[in-house]
Amino acid sequence: MTERERSEEPGDGLSRRGLLGRASAMAVGAAVVSTSSPGAAFASDTAAAVPPAVGEHLVDVRLSVNGRPVRLRADPRWTLLDTLRERLELTGTKKGCDRGQCGACTVHVDGRRVLSCLTLAAAADGSQVRTIEGLADGDELHPMQQAFIDHDGFQCGACTSGQIMSAVALVDEGHAASDDEIREYMSGNICRCSAYPFIVDAVKAASKVMR
Amino acid sequence: MRAYDFAAPRSVRSALDKADAGSAYLAGGTTLVDLMKLEVMTPSRVVDINRLPLRGVSLDREGLHIGALDRMSDVAEHRLVRTHYPVISRALELGASPQLRNMASIGGNLLQRSRCGYFRDLSTPCNKREPGSGCTALEGQNRTHAILGTSDACVATHPSDLAVALIALDAAVHLNGSGGPRTVPLADFYLLPGQTPHLENTLRPGELITGITVPALRWAVNSTYLKIRDRASYEFGLTSAAVALNVRGTTIVEARVAVGGVGTRPWRLHAVEHALAGRPLTAATYEQAAEHATDGARPLRHNAFKIPLLRRTLVRALTELGDAR
Repeated sequence: MTERERSEEPGDGLSRRGLLGRASAMAVGAAVVSTSSPGAAFASDTAAAVPPAVGEHLVDVRLSVNGRPVRLRADPRWTLLDTLRERLELTGTKKGCDRGQCGACTVHVDGRRVLSCLTLAAAADGSQVRTIEGLADGDELHPMQQAFIDHDGFQCGACTSGQIMSAVALVDEGHAASDDEIREYMSGNICRCSAYPFIVDAVKAASKVMR
Repeated sequence: MRAYDFAAPRSVRSALDKADAGSAYLAGGTTLVDLMKLEVMTPSRVVDINRLPLRGVSLDREGLHIGALDRMSDVAEHRLVRTHYPVISRALELGASPQLRNMASIGGNLLQRSRCGYFRDLSTPCNKREPGSGCTALEGQNRTHAILGTSDACVATHPSDLAVALIALDAAVHLNGSGGPRTVPLADFYLLPGQTPHLENTLRPGELITGITVPALRWAVNSTYLKIRDRASYEFGLTSAAVALNVRGTTIVEARVAVGGVGTRPWRLHAVEHALAGRPLTAATYEQAAEHATDGARPLRHNAFKIPLLRRTLVRALTELGDAR
């Protein structure tokens, strides 16, 4: 089954994610009336924030996501975040604030860390996208993933995939020279559980392995 | 988000042809996508300009040239910028998170919209968002708002750190539109709010920023940007200062000073520059000059603290530069 066919499947509605998705779509629908009605008629998995791909302004988008080619007929309003989560079922990337203020949605586009909530899928056409799902090598975790576990770098986990994507980029950029530099270059990723000291430990440890 | 149609032209000519009064240009999207979600901005067409050939940093006898689509992170880390204009590198680095710096363009940075909470909140009046509706910040929460250049219609600060550094350096912005290309000094680009705070700059409808030029200034190597904020990083400034000093021996020959976080537009301080010129590099010089920083300031209910804070910000920036000599 191709990625596109998968994303067009209505979903069985029985998985944990399906149930959660339905519940959150209802909650969002109550709060954001103007955007919920088109989404509500679509698959149970599609939150109200993502209108279905209907209308006169659709655009073709080609991406490479974690090394796999993806073709989409996209509404130009779709963000890369919603496209990953709701169309490609890559739900490892998290939606925090959805306003570019928290960093939970951090992914790599063409090798650079960016906020997928403020990136339009249409504008990412032709890009290579790497998400948290693309870090591990088979069953072997990426050194940064392993370091977050070893150093207790998270509690609730909502910010963690963004933290890890940011941390991997930080090391690649050469910004892991000191605790202060790590703190500054991780400052775009907010952790409400305040795991910051352990995150710094994890980044420091992983940076030695990644070198 | 309201529906819009989407175009991704490959040339400036084609981009200008595709844009009309209801269009918005998309570069990094860090302002536009945010404000489209809030429905503060509701363009009928989004013209993605990222494929236009408007990139490249270079230095020649005229000065430093930066493309409108160069990203904040690339410009901040550029060897020529870091060496010759450290104030620009510093302002960019302090201006946003690493992810946002990777996304946001130089042109977009100069056009970023207000962070006033009422501008972003459709449920409250805001003259900038809806002309004539009133200013909620005047009597509302105005701790982070402006003390310089305000009017009874708007007290929002200009949010760009980069623009503060550039205005201190006499930078000019290159534009292109249906009337052809033109160049405007950044000092004449931004408008005071007056009674028309929805008009923030002198861009004409459909006009596009294509690049900026920072004039050659040998002594800009001795420059810095200091930003004071509620948390150590990733926050808009309460006050900030861009300072460059031309020093001979222990005397300040010339100075460039602009401040942010306090003005309705990036705020050049000629009075402070005059007060520094010809004076010795001493704490007394800095403190006397900084007294002029808040000439004409009009504090609001919650932001009078910015008057002493701005003076101290300037004194610290000047001290750091002076000590580094």
